[in-house]
This record gives sequence, structure tokens and C-alpha cells, in this order.
Amino acid sequence: MSFSSRQKEAWLYLFPAILLLSVILVLPFFQTVATSLTDAEITANPVKPNWIGLENYIWALTDPYFREALGRTIYFTLVSVGLEGVLGIAVALLLNQNFRGRVLMRALIILPWAVPTIVNAVAWRLIYHPDYGALNSLLLQMGLISDYRSWLGNPATALNLIIVADVWKNFPLIAYVALAGLQTIPGDLLKAASVEGAGPVRRFRSITLPWIIGPLMVVLILRTIEAFRVFDIIYVMTRGGPADSTKTASFFVYQEYFSYLRSGSGSAYAVLIAVISGLMIAGYYIVAQRREGKGQS
Amino acid sequence: MKRSLLRILVTTSLVAAAMPAIADTTLNALFMSQAAYSEDQVKEMTAAFEAANPGVTVSLEFAPYEALRDKTIAAAGAGEDGYDVVLFDVIWPAEFASRGYLLDVTDRIPAELSDQIFAGAWTTVEYEGHRYGMPWILDTKYFYYNKDMLAKAGIAAPPKTWQELLGQARTIKDKGIVEYPLVWSWSQSEAMICDLTTLTAAFGGTLIKDGKPAFQEGGAHQAIEFMVSTLKDGLTNPASLEYLEEDVRRAFSNGDAAFAMNWTYMNGLANNPAESKVAGQVGIAPALGADGAAAVSAVNGSMGLGIPANSPHPDEAWAYISYMTQAPVQEKYAKLSLPIWKASYTLPAVTDGQADLVTAADLSLAAMTPRPLMASYTEVSGILQAAVHGILLGETDIDAGLADAAGRIERIR
Repeated sequence: MSFSSRQKEAWLYLFPAILLLSVILVLPFFQTVATSLTDAEITANPVKPNWIGLENYIWALTDPYFREALGRTIYFTLVSVGLEGVLGIAVALLLNQNFRGRVLMRALIILPWAVPTIVNAVAWRLIYHPDYGALNSLLLQMGLISDYRSWLGNPATALNLIIVADVWKNFPLIAYVALAGLQTIPGDLLKAASVEGAGPVRRFRSITLPWIIGPLMVVLILRTIEAFRVFDIIYVMTRGGPADSTKTASFFVYQEYFSYLRSGSGSAYAVLIAVISGLMIAGYYIVAQRREGKGQS
Repeated sequence: MKRSLLRILVTTSLVAAAMPAIADTTLNALFMSQAAYSEDQVKEMTAAFEAANPGVTVSLEFAPYEALRDKTIAAAGAGEDGYDVVLFDVIWPAEFASRGYLLDVTDRIPAELSDQIFAGAWTTVEYEGHRYGMPWILDTKYFYYNKDMLAKAGIAAPPKTWQELLGQARTIKDKGIVEYPLVWSWSQSEAMICDLTTLTAAFGGTLIKDGKPAFQEGGAHQAIEFMVSTLKDGLTNPASLEYLEEDVRRAFSNGDAAFAMNWTYMNGLANNPAESKVAGQVGIAPALGADGAAAVSAVNGSMGLGIPANSPHPDEAWAYISYMTQAPVQEKYAKLSLPIWKASYTLPAVTDGQADLVTAADLSLAAMTPRPLMASYTEVSGILQAAVHGILLGETDIDAGLADAAGRIERIR
């Protein structure tokens, strides 16, 4: 054991953080895993949970409704984060231009992100309201619809309209990160490319995007993980309805735990979602490492 | 010197020991912020209780119905910091009692009360022969109609059966009096199950029989066929599929519907000009019957007040519950929720200005049908909500949707 004094020092400094993380993250995680292997229930009666091995996991994975919900969650994640990415970069490019009122616009664009999710969800629910919603009024005045419609009450539109609400709230984060990246690009580089005859598309693809892709990847991955665990915005807007068409994977955790009071099975669903999120993070690391390798060669 | 110090010590410790007895007790009470008694009324009743019981204060919390059960369960783990009094729905005692969340108060209830309070009210708080609280809100869904619209359509009397309702609604729609004559709370929620239970009872069916799904045939099937047909024929406002009771009240009070189903509280509010454009035109009757089956129908939508098992002040909590549920208090606030006491229904305080409601209650309260009384009710209801909602939206046909729901209910662990 030849710990250099520097290394010892490093561990010493890290110790409080490690201790804190163990208490609030690591221990509860292992406890959740342990609970997920039992038939534990939420009850005030003194009953001891029984060890049932992987039964909860088999139950969850063979449940066609959970698999449907997983598919729905993946759809929500891909479309939501995809739109946020495109919109975020576009807005960042715009805000990176020189124009009057730029500072004000930059300050304004962060507003949706600063609104709490619950408030955002309630506001959009009002916009979509079947009787006095702004969306109905707008579309009617534009002549696009002839009657007021029930938007969140229709399985064909509900999830997509929640995605719109989610995108509106979260694209500013991506726009800000992209904007920060854009500002580090040396102006000379773009000018030189311009002189060399590169068009705007070529300049974006060969200079701008590679330059900002690093921080952009981080924020996109963060958003992906968040979107995959989505619960609050949907709970407020539709509670999983109509006809379960907006019921995402996280609803099963809530439902098993709080509605049906089966903490064992609820934990299993929670672990499954954590594992899938973990796989996404791993995927990110692999991509990031590959990029780094490419950069060095 | 030493002795006087000792004396001070002794006196202070004596005072300290006596403190808990004279210290103020604060009860944490959880109520509902919609339907039945209004928040202001609950605050008034509570203030009167506090005035009569010095030393006891009640800290009130109002939550939407949808959050009531979760809050009660979550607070069960909060030890002494949880609730001392909770409002619970008729569908929860089975679950709450079997999991030990509520105090068994059977022995605290004087025996003579059993006959003075409606049987339907008692079912609200009972599970396996024990009582877990006092009934407080005696409620069922009534049939509301707009008298002016019926008169305008040349309809002499409101319908007696659901079949008759279809004809009247068609007339009103065809005459252009209102686009969608019917409005319901048919969002994917317990509110929809209440309407379904009412209709099922009218058509002589049952949702669950001996713990097994019974909704694939008979009255329950007919009830769902009825619901689907009103949507297909454009008689029911399609927005009903995302409505709760409050939305129904707004639509009806706004004059956007000729017929609606709702709890007692809508009678008071729809007749209040500050809240309603149709005040004075509101008719109320028991929920309708069906040809060859029931004469009237009703769902038991009552609620009770109970003491969570972890409350550190069960005696004070019981005093508060006894106050809130006593006849004089209920009679004073009878406009939004009718008393649980049989004798109250002849008093002018209760009948004045709402004779129609009391007449309807006479028939409805006797016909109240409970929703399935089972510990896994929340799960059964959740499955049924999703299935019926899918059917009403036209996502699946009736038989396939119900067969699927039955399979899921039988799969419950």
C-alpha cells in the first residue's frame, strides 16, 4: 500500500462529500434494490415482508401495459429532447447575432425555464382548455377549426400537446448552453471560412456544431434522463389519461407505491427506470470517449 | 440559600410537569377543497368548536379530493406530526382499516346513535363490523335539469328513466336550445365510476360480484352502452371526457347543458345568482331509473371523519369530530350538504328553500348503492377507469375493453 501523501490528502478532502452522498444516495438506492426483492407493502400493521427474489421484476417486464408505457416514455423523450435541441440551437444562433435589444431578448428567453414545472403545466392546461382555452380561440379565429375541441381529452393529441408544453419550458436551457458555446468560437475562424467560400450551412456543420457539441451533449443527456423520468408535468395536465394514453413509466412507480401501496413492486419499477437511465448515461460516456479518442488522433 | 434554590427547582419542575395538561393542543385536520361544505363553512364550524373548547386549536388543511387519500397514507408514517383528523371517502375504509391507518372508534360511538343516523351513512365508516369514524357528508349524485330549457322545448315533465332522457335530450338538441343537452364528469377518474355505478344500478346490474368482475354483461354492460350512445348521438358534451364535478357545475350553471349529474352541493351553487346564470331554473330529482329495472338510482358518495392511528390526541380529535357531526351544526349548514341525521329532514332550517332537494333525497338516500367494498378497490377502480374511458373515447369497442379490464382485475395480486 503506497498511498502518496497527495492521494491521502485527496481522499481526506473527498471524505465529507462521499459520506454525504452515501447517506442520501447510495444507501437509499441499495435499500430500494433490497425492497424490490420483497413483497413489502405500505401498512401500519406490523408485518414482515417476504423475500420473493426477482418476482417483481418478472411481473413488471411481462406486463404488456408497462411495456406500452415504456414505449410511450421513449417517444416522449426522443421527440421532446429532439425538439428542444433543434429549437434551442436555432434560438442560440439567433441570439448570437448582433441586433438591437439583444440583451433584453437574452434575458426574456430564460423565463419559461424559470417557471416551476407545476405552474407551467397548469398554464398550458388552461391554454388547452376545451371551453375557454386560448388554443381553441386562436385556431377558430384563424379558421383552422370549426368547433372548440377537447385537446387533452383526446388520446391522439394529448401526449403531443404535453410535449409542446415540455419543450416550451425546457428549450431555453439548451439555448443558453449553446449560446455560451457559440460565444467561444473565434470570429476570425468563421470569417476565414467565409473567405474560403464556405456557405452558412457548411460553416455551421464544420465549425459551429463541432465547437459547441461538447457542452451541448452534456445538457442533452441531462435532459434525456430527466425526460425519461417525466412525471410531474403529466400528473398535473392529464394524470395519465385519457384512457392511459399519457401514462409514462414513472406512473407505475407512483401507482404501485402510493395507489396500490405495494412498496416492493413499486421499488422494482423504480430500479428498472434507474437502470434504463444508467444505460443512457453509459451510452453518453461511450460516445463522449469515442469523440475524445478521435480528437486526439 | 441552598434550600431556597431547591424550592425554586421543585416548583419549576412541578410547573413543567403540569404544563402538558394546560398546554394548548393543536389538532391537524385534513379536509377537502371541493364539493359538500365550502372551505369557509368548515372554517366557521371549526372556529365555533375552538370557542367552545379553550385550549384546543385546529389547524385546517384543504386538499383536492384527488390528493386526500395519498396525503392520509403519507402522513401515517409521520408519527406524532401527522394528522389528528382526516376526511375519508366511502371507498377507503376497507383499505384503511385493514392496513391499520384508522383508529377503531366503535366504542366511542353511543349505541343510541345507530338508529338516529341513516344506514347509508353508517356504511361509509364501517368495515367488517367495526366503525372507523363518524359519517359527516351524506351525499349521492342527483339528476339536475334546467326547467326553462324543458319548457322552451315543450317538454311537460322531466324524464323518469334514462331511456326517456334520450328522447328529451334529442328534442332539445333538435330545437337548437343547447348544442349538447347532457354533461357528465367522465374524465378518467373516480367521478366517472360514480356515474357508472349509478347507471349500472338503474339498469339492475352490478360491477363486481363476490369479488369477481360482473361488468361484462347485464346492467353494467347496458350502462356503458348507454354512455357510448349519448356520445355517438351528440347528446353528451364531448368535453365531458375530461370533466370533473366542478366542470359539470360550471357548464350547467353557465346554461350550456339541460341535464347534469352532480352531488348535493350543486343545488346550492347553481341556484346562487353570484355563481350561476341559471339560478331559479334548476330542477333536482333522484338519478333516473330504467324501464323494467330500478325506479330511481343512486351511488353512495358519502364521506366520514376519522382519527389516524398515529394521532397523539385521539380524545381531542374525537371531541372535534363529535362537534362537527352533531345535528345542530349540520342543520345550520344544510345548503351544501345534507345532514346524516334522520330527524333533521323535517326541520325548516334544512327544508327551507330546498324542498325539492329534500324530496329527492328522500328517495335517493334510500336507494344508495355502494361501490365495490374491497381492500383492493383503488386498483379495481383504476383499471375500470382506464378501460371505460378508452371505450367512451372510441379507442376500443365495449366487449373487448371490458374483457381486457376483467382480465387485469383478475390478475391483481
